[in-house]
Amino acid sequence: MIEIRNVSLVYDTPDGKVHAVDDASFSAANEEFVCLVGPSGCGKTTLLNMIAGFFAPTAGEIRVGGQPVNGQGLDRGIVFQDFAQLFPWRTALGNVAFGLEMKGVGKAERERIALEQLRLVKLEKFAGAYPHHLSGGMQQRVAIARALAYNPGVLLMDEPFAALDAMTRDEMQRLLAEVWRETRKTVIYVTHNVAEAVYLADRVIVMTPHPGRIRAEVRVGLPRPRDPLSVEFLEHQKALLRHLSLKEEEK
Amino acid sequence: MKAAVSVLFFVLVYEAIARTGWFAQALVPTLPMVAQTLWAMLIDGSMASHAVNTLYRVFAGLSLAASFGLLLGFLMARYRPVENFFLPLVSALMPIPSLAWAPVFILWFGLGNVATILIVFYAASFPMVINTWTGARAVNPLWLRAAGSMGAQGTAMFWKVVVPGASPFIITGLRLAFQRAWIAVVGAEMLAASAFGLGWVIFDAKEFLNADIMLASLAVIGAIGFVFERVVFGSLERSTVLRWGMVRTAKA
Repeated sequence: MIEIRNVSLVYDTPDGKVHAVDDASFSAANEEFVCLVGPSGCGKTTLLNMIAGFFAPTAGEIRVGGQPVNGQGLDRGIVFQDFAQLFPWRTALGNVAFGLEMKGVGKAERERIALEQLRLVKLEKFAGAYPHHLSGGMQQRVAIARALAYNPGVLLMDEPFAALDAMTRDEMQRLLAEVWRETRKTVIYVTHNVAEAVYLADRVIVMTPHPGRIRAEVRVGLPRPRDPLSVEFLEHQKALLRHLSLKEEEK
Repeated sequence: MKAAVSVLFFVLVYEAIARTGWFAQALVPTLPMVAQTLWAMLIDGSMASHAVNTLYRVFAGLSLAASFGLLLGFLMARYRPVENFFLPLVSALMPIPSLAWAPVFILWFGLGNVATILIVFYAASFPMVINTWTGARAVNPLWLRAAGSMGAQGTAMFWKVVVPGASPFIITGLRLAFQRAWIAVVGAEMLAASAFGLGWVIFDAKEFLNADIMLASLAVIGAIGFVFERVVFGSLERSTVLRWGMVRTAKA
Protein backbone atom coordinates (compact mmCIF):
# COMPACT_ATOMS: atom_id res chain seq x y z
CA MET A 1 0.00 0.00 0.00
CA ILE A 2 1.42 3.34 -1.09
CA GLU A 3 -0.23 6.62 -0.10
CA ILE A 4 0.70 9.99 -1.53
CA ARG A 5 -1.07 12.80 0.30
CA ASN A 6 -0.97 16.41 -0.90
CA VAL A 7 2.65 16.10 -1.92
CA SER A 8 4.41 19.14 -3.35
CA LEU A 9 7.97 19.82 -4.31
CA VAL A 10 8.95 23.42 -4.78
CA TYR A 11 12.44 24.65 -5.40
CA ASP A 12 13.90 28.07 -5.85
CA THR A 13 15.61 29.14 -9.05
CA PRO A 14 16.94 32.57 -10.08
CA ASP A 15 13.66 33.01 -12.02
CA GLY A 16 11.49 32.30 -9.00
CA LYS A 17 9.85 29.26 -7.48
CA VAL A 18 9.34 26.16 -9.61
CA HIS A 19 6.51 23.81 -8.69
CA ALA A 20 7.93 20.50 -9.87
CA VAL A 21 5.08 18.67 -8.16
CA ASP A 22 1.98 20.52 -7.00
CA ASP A 23 -0.39 18.99 -4.47
CA ALA A 24 -0.34 15.43 -5.79
CA SER A 25 -2.45 12.77 -4.11
CA PHE A 26 -3.02 9.17 -5.10
CA SER A 27 -2.59 5.72 -3.71
CA ALA A 28 -1.66 2.27 -4.92
CA ALA A 29 -3.17 -0.85 -3.38
CA ASN A 30 -1.10 -3.92 -2.66
CA GLU A 31 -0.22 -5.82 -5.83
CA GLU A 32 -1.51 -2.98 -7.97
CA PHE A 33 0.32 -1.83 -11.09
CA VAL A 34 0.11 1.96 -11.32
CA CYS A 35 1.55 3.98 -14.20
CA LEU A 36 2.43 7.67 -13.97
CA VAL A 37 2.11 9.12 -17.45
CA GLY A 38 2.91 12.57 -18.71
CA PRO A 39 5.22 14.66 -20.89
CA SER A 40 8.67 15.64 -19.67
CA GLY A 41 8.58 18.22 -16.91
CA CYS A 42 5.29 16.98 -15.45
CA GLY A 43 6.99 15.85 -12.25
CA LYS A 44 6.44 12.11 -12.65
CA THR A 45 10.07 11.16 -12.10
CA THR A 46 10.37 13.66 -9.26
CA LEU A 47 7.37 12.05 -7.62
CA LEU A 48 8.91 8.58 -8.06
CA ASN A 49 12.22 9.76 -6.61
CA MET A 50 10.40 11.05 -3.54
CA ILE A 51 8.67 7.68 -3.10
CA ALA A 52 12.11 6.08 -3.44
CA GLY A 53 13.30 8.40 -0.68
CA PHE A 54 16.08 10.12 -2.63
CA PHE A 55 14.74 13.44 -1.39
CA ALA A 56 11.79 14.62 0.68
CA PRO A 57 8.74 16.59 -0.50
CA THR A 58 8.52 20.21 0.62
CA ALA A 59 4.91 19.57 1.68
CA GLY A 60 2.64 16.58 2.12
CA GLU A 61 3.23 13.01 3.14
CA ILE A 62 4.27 9.73 1.52
CA ARG A 63 3.59 6.41 3.22
CA VAL A 64 4.66 2.97 2.10
CA GLY A 65 3.09 0.05 3.95
CA GLY A 66 1.69 2.47 6.52
CA GLN A 67 5.15 3.83 7.37
CA PRO A 68 6.15 7.39 6.43
CA VAL A 69 9.01 7.34 3.92
CA ASN A 70 12.26 8.49 5.43
CA GLY A 71 15.12 7.98 3.01
CA GLN A 72 15.85 4.84 1.03
CA GLY A 73 14.72 1.47 2.28
CA LEU A 74 14.72 -2.23 1.47
CA ASP A 75 10.91 -2.19 1.18
CA ARG A 76 11.28 -0.52 -2.25
CA GLY A 77 13.26 -1.82 -5.23
CA ILE A 78 14.13 0.63 -7.99
CA VAL A 79 14.94 0.35 -11.70
CA PHE A 80 16.24 3.35 -13.62
CA GLN A 81 16.17 4.18 -17.31
CA ASP A 82 19.96 4.32 -17.73
CA PHE A 83 21.66 0.99 -18.54
CA ALA A 84 24.68 2.25 -16.58
CA GLN A 85 22.80 1.56 -13.35
CA LEU A 86 24.36 -1.93 -13.16
CA PHE A 87 27.71 -2.28 -11.42
CA PRO A 88 30.16 -2.95 -14.27
CA TRP A 89 32.61 -4.73 -11.94
CA ARG A 90 30.07 -7.37 -11.00
CA THR A 91 28.68 -10.16 -13.14
CA ALA A 92 24.93 -10.35 -13.76
CA LEU A 93 24.72 -12.74 -10.83
CA GLY A 94 26.87 -10.49 -8.64
CA ASN A 95 24.65 -7.52 -9.44
CA VAL A 96 21.47 -9.39 -8.58
CA ALA A 97 23.00 -10.73 -5.36
CA PHE A 98 24.06 -7.27 -4.16
CA GLY A 99 20.98 -6.48 -2.08
CA LEU A 100 21.06 -9.90 -0.41
CA GLU A 101 24.73 -9.40 0.34
CA MET A 102 23.88 -6.11 2.05
CA LYS A 103 21.23 -7.95 4.03
CA GLY A 104 23.87 -10.39 5.25
CA VAL A 105 22.57 -13.46 3.41
CA GLY A 106 25.27 -16.18 3.04
CA LYS A 107 27.08 -16.62 -0.29
CA ALA A 108 25.55 -19.94 -1.38
CA GLU A 109 22.04 -18.87 -0.43
CA ARG A 110 22.21 -15.47 -2.12
CA GLU A 111 23.61 -16.97 -5.31
CA ARG A 112 20.80 -19.50 -5.35
CA ILE A 113 18.19 -16.74 -4.98
CA ALA A 114 19.96 -14.51 -7.51
CA LEU A 115 19.98 -17.31 -10.06
CA GLU A 116 16.27 -17.83 -9.46
CA GLN A 117 15.66 -14.14 -10.16
CA LEU A 118 17.73 -14.31 -13.33
CA ARG A 119 15.64 -17.28 -14.42
CA LEU A 120 12.54 -15.14 -13.89
CA VAL A 121 13.85 -12.63 -16.45
CA LYS A 122 15.18 -15.47 -18.65
CA LEU A 123 18.83 -14.65 -18.20
CA GLU A 124 20.09 -17.60 -16.16
CA LYS A 125 22.47 -18.52 -19.00
CA PHE A 126 24.17 -15.13 -18.62
CA ALA A 127 24.73 -15.28 -14.86
CA GLY A 128 28.51 -15.09 -15.30
CA ALA A 129 28.53 -12.30 -17.89
CA TYR A 130 29.65 -8.77 -17.10
CA PRO A 131 27.13 -6.03 -17.96
CA HIS A 132 29.17 -4.62 -20.85
CA HIS A 133 28.77 -7.93 -22.66
CA LEU A 134 24.97 -7.74 -22.42
CA SER A 135 22.61 -5.86 -24.72
CA GLY A 136 20.60 -2.91 -23.41
CA GLY A 137 17.48 -5.01 -23.01
CA MET A 138 19.38 -7.71 -21.15
CA GLN A 139 20.96 -5.14 -18.86
CA GLN A 140 17.53 -3.79 -17.98
CA ARG A 141 16.33 -7.31 -17.24
CA VAL A 142 19.27 -7.79 -14.88
CA ALA A 143 18.33 -4.49 -13.23
CA ILE A 144 14.76 -5.76 -12.73
CA ALA A 145 16.02 -9.04 -11.26
CA ARG A 146 18.35 -7.06 -9.01
CA ALA A 147 15.53 -4.89 -7.71
CA LEU A 148 13.39 -7.96 -7.00
CA ALA A 149 16.06 -10.19 -5.48
CA TYR A 150 15.84 -8.96 -1.89
CA ASN A 151 12.07 -9.20 -2.10
CA PRO A 152 10.82 -5.65 -1.58
CA GLY A 153 7.05 -5.20 -1.52
CA VAL A 154 7.22 -2.30 -3.93
CA LEU A 155 8.92 -1.95 -7.30
CA LEU A 156 9.58 1.58 -8.55
CA MET A 157 10.42 1.89 -12.23
CA ASP A 158 11.56 5.06 -13.96
CA GLU A 159 11.07 4.65 -17.74
CA PRO A 160 13.10 1.43 -17.72
CA PHE A 161 12.49 0.68 -21.41
CA ALA A 162 12.58 4.22 -22.84
CA ALA A 163 16.12 3.84 -24.17
CA LEU A 164 15.41 0.57 -25.99
CA ASP A 165 14.45 0.08 -29.63
CA ALA A 166 10.72 -0.46 -30.28
CA MET A 167 10.94 -4.19 -30.87
CA THR A 168 12.94 -4.90 -27.73
CA ARG A 169 10.59 -2.62 -25.81
CA ASP A 170 7.54 -4.68 -26.80
CA GLU A 171 9.33 -7.82 -25.74
CA MET A 172 10.34 -6.28 -22.43
CA GLN A 173 6.78 -5.12 -21.72
CA ARG A 174 5.51 -8.66 -22.23
CA LEU A 175 8.24 -9.99 -19.96
CA LEU A 176 7.51 -7.42 -17.27
CA ALA A 177 3.78 -8.22 -17.36
CA GLU A 178 4.73 -11.86 -16.84
CA VAL A 179 7.18 -11.11 -14.03
CA TRP A 180 4.57 -8.96 -12.33
CA ARG A 181 1.95 -11.72 -12.60
CA GLU A 182 4.36 -14.12 -10.91
CA THR A 183 5.77 -11.85 -8.22
CA ARG A 184 2.72 -9.68 -7.47
CA LYS A 185 4.62 -6.59 -6.40
CA THR A 186 3.05 -3.21 -6.01
CA VAL A 187 4.50 -1.32 -8.98
CA ILE A 188 4.78 2.40 -9.64
CA TYR A 189 5.89 2.76 -13.23
CA VAL A 190 6.83 6.08 -14.81
CA THR A 191 6.53 6.48 -18.57
CA HIS A 192 5.72 9.04 -21.25
CA ASN A 193 4.46 6.28 -23.54
CA VAL A 194 0.66 6.04 -23.41
CA ALA A 195 0.46 2.63 -25.11
CA GLU A 196 2.96 1.23 -22.64
CA ALA A 197 0.83 2.48 -19.76
CA VAL A 198 -2.33 0.90 -21.13
CA TYR A 199 -0.50 -2.36 -21.76
CA LEU A 200 0.93 -2.64 -18.25
CA ALA A 201 -1.21 -0.78 -15.73
CA ASP A 202 -4.25 -1.49 -13.61
CA ARG A 203 -4.57 2.23 -13.20
CA VAL A 204 -2.97 5.16 -15.00
CA ILE A 205 -2.32 8.52 -13.32
CA VAL A 206 -2.08 11.28 -15.90
CA MET A 207 0.16 14.22 -15.06
CA THR A 208 0.66 17.56 -16.82
CA PRO A 209 3.49 20.10 -16.43
CA HIS A 210 3.86 23.71 -15.21
CA PRO A 211 3.07 23.09 -12.45
CA GLY A 212 3.40 19.31 -12.21
CA ARG A 213 -0.13 18.21 -11.39
CA ILE A 214 -2.23 15.08 -11.45
CA ARG A 215 -4.80 15.66 -14.16
CA ALA A 216 -6.78 12.42 -14.20
CA GLU A 217 -6.93 8.80 -13.13
CA VAL A 218 -7.94 6.14 -15.64
CA ARG A 219 -8.66 2.57 -14.65
CA VAL A 220 -7.63 -0.02 -17.22
CA GLY A 221 -9.91 -2.98 -16.64
CA LEU A 222 -8.84 -4.99 -19.68
CA PRO A 223 -8.04 -8.68 -19.16
CA ARG A 224 -4.42 -9.78 -19.48
CA PRO A 225 -2.52 -10.51 -21.64
CA ARG A 226 -3.65 -7.41 -23.47
CA ASP A 227 -3.88 -6.99 -27.18
CA PRO A 228 -2.50 -3.57 -28.22
CA LEU A 229 -4.48 -3.75 -31.46
CA SER A 230 -7.90 -4.39 -29.90
CA VAL A 231 -10.56 -1.70 -30.03
CA GLU A 232 -10.81 -1.47 -26.23
CA PHE A 233 -7.06 -0.98 -25.95
CA LEU A 234 -7.09 1.85 -28.47
CA GLU A 235 -10.06 3.46 -26.75
CA HIS A 236 -8.13 3.56 -23.47
CA GLN A 237 -5.21 5.04 -25.28
CA LYS A 238 -7.44 7.71 -26.80
CA ALA A 239 -8.92 8.55 -23.41
CA LEU A 240 -5.46 9.07 -21.95
CA LEU A 241 -4.35 11.22 -24.86
CA ARG A 242 -7.47 13.34 -24.45
CA HIS A 243 -6.58 14.01 -20.81
CA LEU A 244 -3.02 14.87 -21.81
CA SER A 245 -4.09 17.37 -24.47
CA LEU A 246 -6.87 18.96 -22.40
CA LYS A 247 -4.31 21.12 -20.72
CA GLU A 248 -3.23 22.58 -24.05
CA GLU A 249 -6.80 23.45 -25.04
CA GLU A 250 -7.35 25.35 -21.79
CA LYS A 251 -4.54 27.67 -22.79
CA MET B 1 56.87 -7.87 -31.72
CA LYS B 2 56.47 -4.25 -32.84
CA ALA B 3 58.15 -3.21 -29.60
CA ALA B 4 61.12 -5.44 -30.48
CA VAL B 5 61.47 -3.79 -33.89
CA SER B 6 61.66 -0.27 -32.48
CA VAL B 7 64.15 -1.32 -29.79
CA LEU B 8 66.30 -3.16 -32.32
CA PHE B 9 66.40 -0.15 -34.64
CA PHE B 10 67.54 2.11 -31.81
CA VAL B 11 70.22 -0.39 -30.77
CA LEU B 12 71.60 -0.69 -34.31
CA VAL B 13 71.87 3.08 -34.72
CA TYR B 14 73.82 3.30 -31.47
CA GLU B 15 76.11 0.46 -32.49
CA ALA B 16 76.82 2.10 -35.85
CA ILE B 17 77.79 5.35 -34.13
CA ALA B 18 79.97 3.54 -31.58
CA ARG B 19 81.87 1.74 -34.39
CA THR B 20 82.64 4.86 -36.48
CA GLY B 21 85.58 5.58 -34.21
CA TRP B 22 84.63 9.26 -33.94
CA PHE B 23 84.45 8.97 -30.18
CA ALA B 24 86.80 7.39 -27.64
CA GLN B 25 85.90 3.76 -27.06
CA ALA B 26 85.92 4.29 -23.29
CA LEU B 27 83.20 6.95 -23.60
CA VAL B 28 81.07 5.30 -26.26
CA PRO B 29 81.62 1.56 -25.82
CA THR B 30 80.25 -0.86 -28.38
CA LEU B 31 77.32 -3.01 -27.42
CA PRO B 32 79.31 -6.23 -27.09
CA MET B 33 81.47 -4.44 -24.51
CA VAL B 34 78.37 -3.25 -22.65
CA ALA B 35 76.87 -6.71 -22.86
CA GLN B 36 80.05 -8.25 -21.49
CA THR B 37 80.07 -5.87 -18.54
CA LEU B 38 76.36 -6.50 -17.94
CA TRP B 39 76.93 -10.24 -18.05
CA ALA B 40 79.84 -9.99 -15.61
CA MET B 41 77.75 -7.90 -13.21
CA LEU B 42 74.87 -10.33 -13.49
CA ILE B 43 77.14 -13.32 -12.84
CA ASP B 44 78.87 -11.91 -9.79
CA GLY B 45 75.50 -10.83 -8.38
CA SER B 46 76.39 -7.17 -8.03
CA MET B 47 73.72 -6.06 -10.52
CA ALA B 48 71.10 -8.08 -8.71
CA SER B 49 71.97 -6.60 -5.35
CA HIS B 50 71.88 -3.07 -6.78
CA ALA B 51 68.54 -3.78 -8.42
CA VAL B 52 67.11 -5.26 -5.23
CA ASN B 53 68.17 -2.18 -3.28
CA THR B 54 66.57 0.10 -5.84
CA LEU B 55 63.39 -1.97 -5.96
CA TYR B 56 63.18 -1.98 -2.18
CA ARG B 57 63.37 1.82 -2.11
CA VAL B 58 60.82 2.17 -4.87
CA PHE B 59 58.31 -0.13 -3.26
CA ALA B 60 58.79 1.31 0.21
CA GLY B 61 58.17 4.79 -1.20
CA LEU B 62 55.43 3.68 -3.55
CA SER B 63 53.43 1.73 -0.96
CA LEU B 64 53.65 4.63 1.47
CA ALA B 65 52.51 6.98 -1.30
CA ALA B 66 49.69 4.65 -2.37
CA SER B 67 48.31 4.28 1.16
CA PHE B 68 48.65 7.98 1.84
CA GLY B 69 47.23 8.96 -1.56
CA LEU B 70 44.23 6.64 -1.32
CA LEU B 71 43.40 7.78 2.19
CA LEU B 72 43.76 11.50 1.48
CA GLY B 73 42.11 11.25 -1.95
CA PHE B 74 39.01 9.54 -0.58
CA LEU B 75 38.82 11.89 2.40
CA MET B 76 39.08 14.89 0.10
CA ALA B 77 36.31 13.54 -2.11
CA ARG B 78 34.08 12.77 0.86
CA TYR B 79 34.57 15.78 3.16
CA ARG B 80 34.48 19.30 1.85
CA PRO B 81 36.64 20.79 4.66
CA VAL B 82 39.38 18.22 3.98
CA GLU B 83 39.24 19.14 0.29
CA ASN B 84 39.35 22.85 1.06
CA PHE B 85 42.32 22.39 3.35
CA PHE B 86 44.46 20.03 1.27
CA LEU B 87 43.76 21.10 -2.30
CA PRO B 88 45.80 24.33 -2.09
CA LEU B 89 48.63 22.37 -0.42
CA VAL B 90 48.59 19.79 -3.18
CA SER B 91 48.57 22.51 -5.83
CA ALA B 92 51.50 24.30 -4.20
CA LEU B 93 53.65 21.23 -3.55
CA MET B 94 52.97 19.26 -6.73
CA PRO B 95 54.98 21.46 -9.13
CA ILE B 96 58.15 21.13 -7.00
CA PRO B 97 60.34 18.42 -8.53
CA SER B 98 60.88 15.66 -6.00
CA LEU B 99 64.65 15.80 -6.58
CA ALA B 100 64.69 19.44 -5.48
CA TRP B 101 63.93 18.11 -2.03
CA ALA B 102 66.97 15.83 -2.06
CA PRO B 103 69.39 18.28 -0.40
CA VAL B 104 66.78 19.13 2.22
CA PHE B 105 66.04 15.50 3.04
CA ILE B 106 69.78 14.70 3.13
CA LEU B 107 70.28 17.56 5.54
CA TRP B 108 67.50 16.30 7.78
CA PHE B 109 67.92 12.54 7.51
CA GLY B 110 71.47 12.03 6.24
CA LEU B 111 72.53 9.95 3.24
CA GLY B 112 70.79 6.61 2.87
CA ASN B 113 67.46 4.91 2.58
CA VAL B 114 65.30 7.34 4.54
CA ALA B 115 66.08 10.31 2.31
CA THR B 116 65.77 8.20 -0.84
CA ILE B 117 62.44 6.66 0.14
CA LEU B 118 61.09 10.07 1.09
CA ILE B 119 61.97 11.44 -2.33
CA VAL B 120 60.20 8.49 -3.97
CA PHE B 121 57.23 9.00 -1.68
CA TYR B 122 57.07 12.66 -2.63
CA ALA B 123 57.17 11.89 -6.35
CA ALA B 124 54.55 9.15 -6.21
CA SER B 125 52.06 10.74 -3.81
CA PHE B 126 50.56 13.36 -6.08
CA PRO B 127 49.26 11.15 -8.87
CA MET B 128 47.74 8.88 -6.22
CA VAL B 129 46.02 11.72 -4.37
CA ILE B 130 44.76 13.47 -7.49
CA ASN B 131 43.53 10.31 -9.20
CA THR B 132 41.82 8.86 -6.14
CA TRP B 133 40.13 12.18 -5.46
CA THR B 134 39.01 12.52 -9.08
CA GLY B 135 37.97 8.86 -9.28
CA ALA B 136 35.83 9.02 -6.16
CA ARG B 137 34.05 12.10 -7.50
CA ALA B 138 33.52 10.45 -10.88
CA VAL B 139 31.64 7.47 -9.41
CA ASN B 140 28.29 7.26 -11.23
CA PRO B 141 25.57 8.65 -8.91
CA LEU B 142 23.22 5.96 -10.23
CA TRP B 143 25.42 3.29 -8.63
CA LEU B 144 25.18 5.10 -5.32
CA ARG B 145 21.40 5.42 -5.61
CA ALA B 146 20.95 1.81 -6.66
CA ALA B 147 23.25 0.56 -3.90
CA GLY B 148 21.54 2.81 -1.38
CA SER B 149 18.13 1.46 -2.29
CA MET B 150 19.54 -2.03 -1.71
CA GLY B 151 20.58 -1.11 1.81
CA ALA B 152 24.26 -0.26 1.26
CA GLN B 153 25.67 2.46 3.44
CA GLY B 154 28.84 3.45 5.29
CA THR B 155 31.72 1.02 4.91
CA ALA B 156 29.82 -1.40 2.63
CA MET B 157 28.99 1.48 0.28
CA PHE B 158 32.62 2.57 0.35
CA TRP B 159 34.28 -0.81 -0.28
CA LYS B 160 31.71 -2.34 -2.60
CA VAL B 161 30.68 0.67 -4.68
CA VAL B 162 32.95 3.70 -4.32
CA VAL B 163 36.29 1.85 -4.49
CA PRO B 164 35.48 -0.36 -7.50
CA GLY B 165 33.65 2.55 -9.10
CA ALA B 166 36.77 4.70 -8.81
CA SER B 167 39.12 1.89 -9.83
CA PRO B 168 39.88 3.04 -13.41
CA PHE B 169 41.24 6.29 -12.01
CA ILE B 170 43.01 4.58 -9.12
CA ILE B 171 44.78 2.09 -11.37
CA THR B 172 45.90 4.88 -13.69
CA GLY B 173 47.08 6.77 -10.61
CA LEU B 174 49.09 3.77 -9.49
CA ARG B 175 50.64 3.47 -12.91
CA LEU B 176 51.64 7.14 -13.01
CA ALA B 177 52.90 6.88 -9.44
CA PHE B 178 55.13 3.96 -10.36
CA GLN B 179 56.55 5.78 -13.36
CA ARG B 180 57.32 8.86 -11.31
CA ALA B 181 58.69 6.76 -8.46
CA TRP B 182 60.98 4.84 -10.81
CA ILE B 183 62.34 8.06 -12.28
CA ALA B 184 62.73 9.62 -8.84
CA VAL B 185 64.51 6.67 -7.26
CA VAL B 186 67.36 6.67 -9.77
CA GLY B 187 67.89 10.39 -9.31
CA ALA B 188 67.59 10.13 -5.57
CA GLU B 189 70.15 7.34 -5.43
CA MET B 190 72.62 9.49 -7.34
CA LEU B 191 72.32 12.19 -4.73
CA ALA B 192 71.32 10.57 -1.49
CA ALA B 193 72.26 6.90 -1.51
CA SER B 194 75.49 5.48 -0.21
CA ALA B 195 77.07 2.42 -1.81
CA PHE B 196 74.07 0.62 -3.35
CA GLY B 197 71.39 1.00 -5.99
CA LEU B 198 71.22 1.31 -9.79
CA GLY B 199 71.31 5.09 -9.72
CA TRP B 200 74.28 5.06 -7.40
CA VAL B 201 76.16 2.65 -9.71
CA ILE B 202 75.79 5.05 -12.62
CA PHE B 203 76.91 8.02 -10.59
CA ASP B 204 79.80 6.10 -9.09
CA ALA B 205 80.93 4.81 -12.52
CA LYS B 206 81.33 8.41 -13.66
CA GLU B 207 84.30 8.77 -11.31
CA PHE B 208 86.16 6.05 -13.19
CA LEU B 209 84.93 6.83 -16.73
CA ASN B 210 83.20 3.42 -16.81
CA ALA B 211 80.70 4.18 -19.54
CA ASP B 212 80.06 0.45 -20.06
CA ILE B 213 78.85 0.11 -16.46
CA MET B 214 76.64 3.19 -16.85
CA LEU B 215 75.04 1.84 -20.01
CA ALA B 216 74.63 -1.63 -18.53
CA SER B 217 72.82 -0.12 -15.52
CA LEU B 218 70.68 2.07 -17.74
CA ALA B 219 69.64 -1.03 -19.69
CA VAL B 220 68.61 -2.75 -16.46
CA ILE B 221 66.69 0.32 -15.28
CA GLY B 222 64.86 0.45 -18.60
CA ALA B 223 64.15 -3.27 -18.58
CA ILE B 224 62.71 -3.31 -15.04
CA GLY B 225 60.59 -0.25 -15.77
CA PHE B 226 59.33 -1.87 -18.96
CA VAL B 227 58.42 -5.12 -17.20
CA PHE B 228 56.43 -3.31 -14.51
CA GLU B 229 54.67 -1.04 -16.96
CA ARG B 230 53.74 -3.81 -19.39
CA VAL B 231 53.48 -6.93 -17.28
CA VAL B 232 52.45 -5.82 -13.81
CA PHE B 233 50.21 -2.85 -14.56
CA GLY B 234 49.12 -4.27 -17.89
CA SER B 235 47.82 -7.44 -16.29
CA LEU B 236 46.32 -5.55 -13.35
CA GLU B 237 44.33 -3.53 -15.88
CA ARG B 238 43.35 -6.57 -17.95
CA SER B 239 42.09 -8.45 -14.89
CA THR B 240 40.01 -5.52 -13.61
CA VAL B 241 38.83 -2.42 -15.43
CA LEU B 242 39.35 -3.79 -18.95
CA ARG B 243 37.53 -7.00 -18.06
CA TRP B 244 34.69 -4.99 -16.59
CA GLY B 245 34.46 -2.77 -19.67
CA MET B 246 35.07 0.33 -17.57
CA VAL B 247 37.90 1.35 -19.91
CA ARG B 248 38.40 0.31 -23.49
CA THR B 249 41.42 -0.63 -25.54
CA ALA B 250 42.19 1.62 -28.48
CA LYS B 251 40.97 0.42 -31.86
CA ALA B 252 43.58 -0.79 -34.34
